Amino acid sequence: MKNKLSRLTIPYVIWMALFVVAPIIMVVIYAFSSADGGFTLSNFAKMGTYAVVFTRSFKLALIATAICLLIGYPVSYIMSKEGPRFQRIAMVLIMLPMWMNFLLRTYSWMSILENNGLLNQLFQKIGLIALYNNVFGTDLQFFRMINTQGAVVLGMVYNYLPFMILPIYSVIVKLDNSLIEAARDLGANSVNVFRRVILPLSLPGVLSGITMVFVPSVSTFAISKMLGGGTELLLGDLIEQQFLGGAYNPQLGAAISLVMMIIVVVCMWVMNRFGEGEEQAVMM
Amino acid sequence: MSKELIRLRDVCMAFDDELVLDHLNLYFNDKEFLTLLGPSGCGKTTTLRIIGGFATPTSGDVLFDGVRINDVPPYKRQINTVFQKYALFPHLNVFENIAFGLRMQKRPDPSDPTGKRMVKIPEEEIRERVMEMLEVISLKGFEHRKPDALSGGQQQRVAIARALVNRPKVLLLDEPLAALDLKLRKDMQIELKRIQQQVGITFIYVTHDQEEALTMSDTIVVMDKGTIQQIGTPEDIYNEPKNAFVADFIGESNIIDGVMLRDKCVKMYGREFPCLDGGFAENEPVDVVIRPEDIDIVPVEQGQLVGTVTNVTFKGMQYDIIVDFKGFKWLIQTTDHSPVGSRIGIKIDPDGIHIMKKSQYSGMFGDYSSFSEEYDELDDASLAPDEEESGDEE
Ligand SMILES: Nc1ncnc2c1ncn2[C@@H]1O[C@H](COP(=O)(O)OP(=O)(O)OP(=O)(O)O)[C@@H](O)[C@H]1O
Ligand SMILES: [Mg+2]
Repeated sequence: MKNKLSRLTIPYVIWMALFVVAPIIMVVIYAFSSADGGFTLSNFAKMGTYAVVFTRSFKLALIATAICLLIGYPVSYIMSKEGPRFQRIAMVLIMLPMWMNFLLRTYSWMSILENNGLLNQLFQKIGLIALYNNVFGTDLQFFRMINTQGAVVLGMVYNYLPFMILPIYSVIVKLDNSLIEAARDLGANSVNVFRRVILPLSLPGVLSGITMVFVPSVSTFAISKMLGGGTELLLGDLIEQQFLGGAYNPQLGAAISLVMMIIVVVCMWVMNRFGEGEEQAVMM
Repeated sequence: MSKELIRLRDVCMAFDDELVLDHLNLYFNDKEFLTLLGPSGCGKTTTLRIIGGFATPTSGDVLFDGVRINDVPPYKRQINTVFQKYALFPHLNVFENIAFGLRMQKRPDPSDPTGKRMVKIPEEEIRERVMEMLEVISLKGFEHRKPDALSGGQQQRVAIARALVNRPKVLLLDEPLAALDLKLRKDMQIELKRIQQQVGITFIYVTHDQEEALTMSDTIVVMDKGTIQQIGTPEDIYNEPKNAFVADFIGESNIIDGVMLRDKCVKMYGREFPCLDGGFAENEPVDVVIRPEDIDIVPVEQGQLVGTVTNVTFKGMQYDIIVDFKGFKWLIQTTDHSPVGSRIGIKIDPDGIHIMKKSQYSGMFGDYSSFSEEYDELDDASLAPDEEESGDEE
């Protein structure tokens, strides 16, 4: 019985070995190799020049994650309080954009945010730009929205918001209603029911939401290229350049990947530890 | 005398046009242990939820101390609930679970002369009261455990402590012992009764276990299909059931068709039996309840009725025997062994006969034909004579 079951896991073990463990090992080996194949630490030494890219990437990913949380939590909470019909429809609407290719979605944002894109045309029509010029004494033809950090953050939020909503929603919707009734029975008003019961019990969903938004945000590259116009170089772009772009240097790319991976893993670990403690902290 | 605390006045509750509570009229006295007893789905939980404030009746009033509280939210009622499935907070340890209600409370600041400023209960007092509660439920030393690291009985006690620590005027308990094994259940029944007497508050207790209701209650309310069948002390309910439903639900009963010839005389099986009841019309058809333990076995020639034993079950304290009287099977509890197939006579004292008016439940309960068949499968096959089947077909 046990043997049979463990035999069933063999394909997964092979899969994991081939596509997860092997690439990581290769990244590590590459990171410590020089161009001619010898051992070296110089890849890491070179990285100092890119500190600003690291900071920018983590900053933008943090901002995007925070915004996703601020939008995602209330949406999940309100959704879970509605009837099953509303929940089903809302769920489809949230998932709908994800059925379209990631690049297409981002392209459409480009045409919305461009200098003579949809939004600017709209602002022109309703006289918003003229009003702005009047008030601030400027002479703008359009608002500059594309090729800014804001646009990059917007792209991240737009693309990754469902990953925040889904885990939070699925935790909240499963919350045992009798716990909420018990809290009300014990004298908790709506605010306290939320603060002392719903929030701490939905924390696991929040943590996995944060993880699922933060990790892809930190390593994203297409968004920054398309909406940041290449001016706002992010870690993902940097790594891409080392492997595919003009600055061909896979060893350096591997080293940057490795460092990024380690930072992300440490962040997640710290956060999950904090999360375990949080349950106590919230109630104190 | 104890005074009235809660009253349900003409309370109806409907879910999707299905009437779940049908014009309930009921009052609860201060410091009383009142039990709502009835089969599954009869509306016990719904009644509690209305009192607790978790459901609003479709029509009718809920009064607390004479004030209508239909629209008062649960957190403003001086009522606490022990839920059917405990509903302990999984993220809080035992101490914090019990302290939850106290942390929610605000009361007038004693140092404020206007008495308007509200303050939280100080931490030392919370600690003291929680520890005191832990003592009451004998769970000292468990305060740092999370609920999922407790046994069912321990969780149960924490749920009770969590409600009691707030010193409510009324505690609602929804089948709190349903998940416990028999031994623990008996212990907790005694424990709960002790706690109720010690703290001196009203308990409104829901159960579908009639024995539990009889042991613990001051007053029992028997419900079926959203209506009250009978209200009374355990003794009243047991000795003077109002209809066949109550008689059958509370304890074992043989319920036989009879005719009331005149006061203190009822006719069954074509024979007259002296009894103590009166006030019926002449020749009124009635249901006659005879409890299995009120029947004496006598030699055939002295019997008021004569029947054949079709089944015997040893129950420790007594034998449960099934006796066939002209096709209608009775349950009799006796300490004497009568072998299967033997013919016996029975005698019933006048005070062992209880007369009830006919009701919608007449003819639905009180025949033990199916009872004996259930037992056939459990007992040695040789104990079940063929005669029994032929008896059924008559
Ligand atoms: N929210 C609801 N929506 C629809 N019907 C309900 C709802 N709550 C209860 N009912 C119905 O009301 C009736 C009474 O339910 P209730 O929970 O009060 O029964 P109960 O006496 O507590 O039963 P049990 O002993 O099984 O707990 C049942 O028929 C049930 O299906
Ligand atoms: Mg119930």
